[in-house]
Amino acid sequence: MIRFTENQLKTPQFMRPVYLVTAGQSKFDRAIPERKTEELCVDALTMAAELVNLTPAELKGYIHSCYYGHFADHFGDQLLGEAVIHDRLGLDPLGNVGIKTGGATGGSTLWEAAKTVASGYSDCVLAMGWERMDEVPTDEGNFLISCAADKDWESPLGHIYTGYYAVMAQRYWQVFGKEEDSFRKTLAEISVKHHGYARMNPFAQSPMKITVEDVLNSPVVAYPLRALDCCLMSVGAACAIIADEKTAMEIARNSDIKPLRIWVTAGSHTLRPADRRPMDIPLLPNETPDLYEDLENRFPGAGRYPGFSAFLGARMCAYYGYRMAGVNDPCEDLDVIELHDAFTISDIQTYEDIGIRPYGQGRTYVESGDCYHTNPKTGQPGKLPSNLSGGLIGCMHAVGATGIMQTFEIANHIWGIWEKIHGDENRWKAFRREKPADWTNLQVNGAKRGLAISHAGVGSHVTCTILMDPDHLLKQDSSF
Amino acid sequence: MSLYGNAKVKNWRYKIKGNFHFSHSPSPIRNVNDNGHLLGITKPRHMIYLHSYGGEAPFFEGLSQGKLLGTRCDNPGCEYKGTIYQPYRIYCPDCLARCTELDMTETAKNRGYIHTFMTCERSGAFNTLDKPIKFINIEFEGVSTILMSYLSVGEPKIGTRVIPIFKKIDPSYTITDLSWVVEGTQADQLPDGFSF
Ligand SMILES: [Zn+2]
Repeated sequence: MIRFTENQLKTPQFMRPVYLVTAGQSKFDRAIPERKTEELCVDALTMAAELVNLTPAELKGYIHSCYYGHFADHFGDQLLGEAVIHDRLGLDPLGNVGIKTGGATGGSTLWEAAKTVASGYSDCVLAMGWERMDEVPTDEGNFLISCAADKDWESPLGHIYTGYYAVMAQRYWQVFGKEEDSFRKTLAEISVKHHGYARMNPFAQSPMKITVEDVLNSPVVAYPLRALDCCLMSVGAACAIIADEKTAMEIARNSDIKPLRIWVTAGSHTLRPADRRPMDIPLLPNETPDLYEDLENRFPGAGRYPGFSAFLGARMCAYYGYRMAGVNDPCEDLDVIELHDAFTISDIQTYEDIGIRPYGQGRTYVESGDCYHTNPKTGQPGKLPSNLSGGLIGCMHAVGATGIMQTFEIANHIWGIWEKIHGDENRWKAFRREKPADWTNLQVNGAKRGLAISHAGVGSHVTCTILMDPDHLLKQDSSF
Repeated sequence: MSLYGNAKVKNWRYKIKGNFHFSHSPSPIRNVNDNGHLLGITKPRHMIYLHSYGGEAPFFEGLSQGKLLGTRCDNPGCEYKGTIYQPYRIYCPDCLARCTELDMTETAKNRGYIHTFMTCERSGAFNTLDKPIKFINIEFEGVSTILMSYLSVGEPKIGTRVIPIFKKIDPSYTITDLSWVVEGTQADQLPDGFSF
């Protein structure tokens, strides 16, 4: 049993309120051979400027330091790619730094950006993330991804990251899913939902109108996971402008955009799952110790926490983030979320790690219909819609951009501009995509608070980004 | 063809011999939908790295000799003194004292079972294992951590007892020299080069 100290578990604190002012993103696709990465980054920054009715040059004039999320140098064969982008965006002489934390790179980039503003170092910063995964064939891509595992102890084992990850899915499937067909169908429903929501998103790479049977009949990748249970490999960029209150209000003054309060926290766990040691479950504000007293009885094999079935990193970023932003119960306090659905099963695991459901009961978030924009069981709005962008399964996983895309998506709902951004005929045409005849507006009406989880590989890094309408905070800013 | 690159260390310096990189010319990538206009190029790359196992070197040498080495923190001042690690950790993750090396081959033969597993049909480029790859994670009684490896003989199942096998003939000196078989497997069923 390992234990953490009070110092380690202290609720993080910003020195002043931090705001998300605007954001933008490029088209996402499996390959974009006709455009360089810098062109995609320019698209994202230009979009962010347009949202607040500024020219790119005007917006750039506010930026004081820059944070670049780009995970895999070796995919693009360009070391220090951050400096290339910084140069092409014309942001000299500002200080800038690259951030890489695997799949959580986008979230970690926001983490660095938010802390910089919170500390007072900068009043306005750029967080820009991208990834380019189309410059090698898929098997070489899998090799390059496997290099993110421990190179002596894991990577030589097949050079296939899915294998290192899927052993955890297997454990969850057997212990918590009890290998039930009904649980397998629930997993498939997540894929149907995310590919389906991607149909309404012009930025999305994998829109599909499919059924549970289609998912269950897709090729096995690593049993019980099938091709349609897995996230995408993508190319694309996304950015966010983070600022203090005064600068945020000034940037947004000529637009309908209301700067949103932002908090970002991070957790971690061993890069080698092999190194996971047993511990007590760190409890979220809506949990009590008795909740898990009989977990081993209800789910034989669940007694060793986090074992191979839970993600401590995800639990810890929520542990820090909820206390920091005043979230007690995510289902009651939040209106819309974006989770890191690398695989359908890890989507369910995340529901539990971040307290949407207690450990062992994640599936009920889907089965109740709570996770939908419109609950298919009741026809009423879903209690806490998730991944309306299509997520990593339906929209994209351009690694360094993913956490920023998710955050932009949540902001769209709180700003009430989801329809304007996603329904624009010109955008569909510009991306050479056809807007479906049954296109549906997925705006979550009246959304005031949301969250995005950005997660790396085997759970080595996970971030929690919380956004709120500043007039609907859960906790007063007593400490500033 | 000139000598394929290899290396040794003499007087604490690498001494390399032969070719460590191989050059090939780029070729154009053209867009057939746009009059064959140039879009980009291919970039061939073939190179050899040098890699040190440092303090973990005894572990990898041990595999080639049929030994599974682990480590234990014996620092009397450590809150977690006595914790045994497999994977082999050079330093205790808590007190950062140098761990004591342990031969845990017998423990592995008698007290290892599958914590979880995954059968994987795909691999990445440069894979050397036969497909499908049966990944297994092995829990040992009395050991704090859960080793990742692969099963060569038998069907993986949670809770199944497994026995280590070692590639003592023509070892690669990588983690793939260690594999596992289900309890009851006979010596003549083992893959080439492996023995108990
Ligand atoms: Zn120690």
